[in-house]
Amino acid sequence: MIDHMVLGQEFGESIGLTTRAHVVVGLVTLCALAFIIRLLRRGQLRSKYAVLWVAAIVPLGLLAVWPGLLTWVSDRAGVFYPPTLFLLAAVAFLFLVVVHFSWELSRLEERSRTLAEQVAMLRADLDTVGLDAVGLDAVGLDAVDQHATFDAESGTHQTSDGMGTPAV
Amino acid sequence: MIIPALNEEESLPGVLEDLGSCLPGFDVVVVDDGSTDSTSAVAASAGAHVLTLPYNLGIGGALRTGFRFAIAKGYSRAVQLDADGQHDSSQIPGLLAALDNGADMAVGSRFVDSASPYEVGRVRAGAMGLLRLLVRRRSGQEFSDTSSGFRAFSKPVLELFADNYPSEYMESVEALLLALHNGFKVVEVPVNMSERSAGMPSNRRLRLAFHFLRLLLVIAATEPFRREPDSGPRRDGGSSSRTMRTTPSQSVLHGR
Repeated sequence: MIDHMVLGQEFGESIGLTTRAHVVVGLVTLCALAFIIRLLRRGQLRSKYAVLWVAAIVPLGLLAVWPGLLTWVSDRAGVFYPPTLFLLAAVAFLFLVVVHFSWELSRLEERSRTLAEQVAMLRADLDTVGLDAVGLDAVGLDAVDQHATFDAESGTHQTSDGMGTPAV
Repeated sequence: MIIPALNEEESLPGVLEDLGSCLPGFDVVVVDDGSTDSTSAVAASAGAHVLTLPYNLGIGGALRTGFRFAIAKGYSRAVQLDADGQHDSSQIPGLLAALDNGADMAVGSRFVDSASPYEVGRVRAGAMGLLRLLVRRRSGQEFSDTSSGFRAFSKPVLELFADNYPSEYMESVEALLLALHNGFKVVEVPVNMSERSAGMPSNRRLRLAFHFLRLLLVIAATEPFRREPDSGPRRDGGSSSRTMRTTPSQSVLHGR
């Protein structure tokens, strides 16, 4: 165990980090973890992203505590200079994350379009039925006021013929 | 009755007919979660209210739509059941009776009595067992079936869920913890369900594994809470009000 630690220190110094730097990195990792968990608790981060970032932070924390891990993995991957592997892995990870975000954005934009189209058609339906689309207009696109929307909808619901009749 | 449905044109008529004959006094709303078949039309012709979502939101999204509908239309209770005929309408009065007896939420459980014949595969049983354990540790209460889609809700729970119902896969566990965390009384009612027929293709399994891990993280990140036997639902004045989407809350179970 002590040999391990000494090796770790030597390695750490060989890649340019003193023990103190290691401790700092370790602490920063812990703070990052706490931050992600906090965002998750506040409902400001979707749990699927929380999983992603926790999965990214944990290996970093591990490396901070046990730098020899990087050497171990590099040897098996056939890389001579361990920091190269680290940088490569980090870049690959970030690349994949960003591509994923592009994919998600594309999906969300398509869904937004669909919603806008349906809103336009609903407004037209309301107009033909003679109801003022005040409910929809007053809400606006940024406000999410479910009651206003539902008032407009229940107006349609009662008079329009496309929504189905109430069950017995 | 809230019935989330995705491409269930075959089984839905039977389910609706069953409901109509067993429980004629109840309104039914079918939430069409982006079906590509005639699910909406089938539901409408059977006389149910239909909410047709413009695209697939997933079970959590469909349910929240149903809950918002229930609140907007002024219903005082709601029952959730599946569109595929797995749930038996004749067992609904049992769920409602639990609400009558003071529960805020009644969960139809397949596993309350070990005599129930419902079978699940070993891996699935192991995963469900782990979830049960975690729920017990977090809430102090034992639940035998954390993924049931056969449930009854009182109005306060409907209000909570209309704003905060979780959107991701396997939302029922998060929903359970959300209700418990807010001080609601949740009871289990034994029910029988028909077996699910097909197995699961491998990519579904991978997705399930991911969501299971995600769920573990969510549960781990919640603060442990134990419900005092006699305390009612928590009603904070203005802070940590779970009906405000933008107010930070102590709970991670926020409909994310």
